[in-house]
Amino acid sequence: MLRTDRLDAYYGLFQALFGLSFQIAPGETVALIGSNGAGKSTLLRSIVGSVRTRRDGVLLDDQAIGGDSERRQLNRGIALVPEGRRLFPSLTVLENLQLAARNGRPGPWSVERLMREFPVMQAFQHRPATALSGGQQQLVALSRALVCNPKYLLCDEISLGLSPVAVNEVYDLLGRARNDGLAVVLVEQNVKRALAESDRYYCIKKGPGGPRGSIRIGRPGASRASLLRDLTWKRSLKRCWAA
Amino acid sequence: METFIETLLGGLMLGALYALFGLGLSLSLGVMKMINIAHGDLIVLGAYLCSTVMQFAGVGPFVSLVAVVPLMFVIGYVLQRVLLNRVVGKGALTPLLLTFGLSIVLQNVLQETFTADTRSLQAGDLSLRGFDIAGVSVGLLPLVSTLISAVIFAGTSWLIGHSHLGRQARAVADDPGTARLVGVNDGNFFALVTGFVLAVIALAAVMYGIRTPFSPTSGPERLLYSFEAVVLGGLGNVWGTFIGGLVIGVAQLFGAKVSSGLGPFFGHLVFLIALLARPQGLLGKAQR
Repeated sequence: MLRTDRLDAYYGLFQALFGLSFQIAPGETVALIGSNGAGKSTLLRSIVGSVRTRRDGVLLDDQAIGGDSERRQLNRGIALVPEGRRLFPSLTVLENLQLAARNGRPGPWSVERLMREFPVMQAFQHRPATALSGGQQQLVALSRALVCNPKYLLCDEISLGLSPVAVNEVYDLLGRARNDGLAVVLVEQNVKRALAESDRYYCIKKGPGGPRGSIRIGRPGASRASLLRDLTWKRSLKRCWAA
Repeated sequence: METFIETLLGGLMLGALYALFGLGLSLSLGVMKMINIAHGDLIVLGAYLCSTVMQFAGVGPFVSLVAVVPLMFVIGYVLQRVLLNRVVGKGALTPLLLTFGLSIVLQNVLQETFTADTRSLQAGDLSLRGFDIAGVSVGLLPLVSTLISAVIFAGTSWLIGHSHLGRQARAVADDPGTARLVGVNDGNFFALVTGFVLAVIALAAVMYGIRTPFSPTSGPERLLYSFEAVVLGGLGNVWGTFIGGLVIGVAQLFGAKVSSGLGPFFGHLVFLIALLARPQGLLGKAQR
């Protein structure tokens, strides 16, 4: 069980998260939705250690792990796919994966397995990672997190800017990872897709002056009306849903 | 004709040494985006450490490296861990100020400890030995130092291109934040890089100390030559630094042929002209 307990996060003096509590069980897929600036990405970044937090703000199996370095969280089995893919342009596709695999944990996901399952990636393995198309890059970015063999995979906007075909490919890979028992947190602009893929969702509300930490929890498919009620907190989200 | 070839060879061999000085600067610039103003003074520190070990152990300069190279590695590791890591990624100015201060401190500590007298490292008859190939005489020591320099450049280039360490180096240089996300411990990694840089410096310092006398204040001059090699070759390009060093070395020796005091001047002149013609450096990529 990975959870945050009344988590606050700051960028310098600016407070970006106000007492957010959230949890995810092993093997579960949870969507985080909410308008821009609600703190979704900040929540993910705080969990993996990119944003400093209180020690007992993040708990893994009831052990306080907040504020540790990215490397330690990775070794505990928490990996982040950062927004915008962020592949290393000076490294080839293969090297991007090798680097992560060497620093990660042992497990079912190996560089060889991914190359076998994705012939496209194998064909381009010696090209600079950023020379690929957006969809291919996102596959590499997702693979780069998978080869660390995490238990909890945090995905920040993995479908942003991709063609519908590419989005399906990315979610296909994610589906295989979930079949292996991986827990996935989805932060998505594409609310419809995120809800279709997840077991539960959290809607983070942005109040006046910043996210208030008021968070609504629901189950997609349980009641469309209650979901819409959550989403109409922000008109932008409603538009997302309609799209 | 023989004199021309001798000067050219001499210049190349001197340049290989400058390149070795520049390698460390090039690495810290490429990986940590940090310019180390104290680089030259660390070279002088390496030379003094060799001199001290030679005195106390009664060994030759090359044998003293057995102790000095590991010692310099540790100094580099600790220096980066304790001091320099605090300023990495804090813009260009902060590291400049810090290492400028470090340079002044080092110079004064060296002067306090070893006095302001010049020293040189005595290599005995090794430094006098040489060959005669078709009328061109080549010194054994410059030849050996050139070979060592070339081997170190080839090794570093291979490490950067093909090893896990090199992949980490390139990843950190591209995007430190994301490198941390894939488990690169950058604080420790930077310390390893600086340790390696100082180990290379120790090697270069010995070979330079045998050729040229040094004093506690000769650091800035060494820094200047290293810097010229790096910039001339193209920032962040390892083989560029090697070629940059060679060019500076050749220019200096031909300058010294014209008039014995004009060596460094010719080096700077060629550097300036090359920079005007190719601001990105000889092997550098043009700015997008």
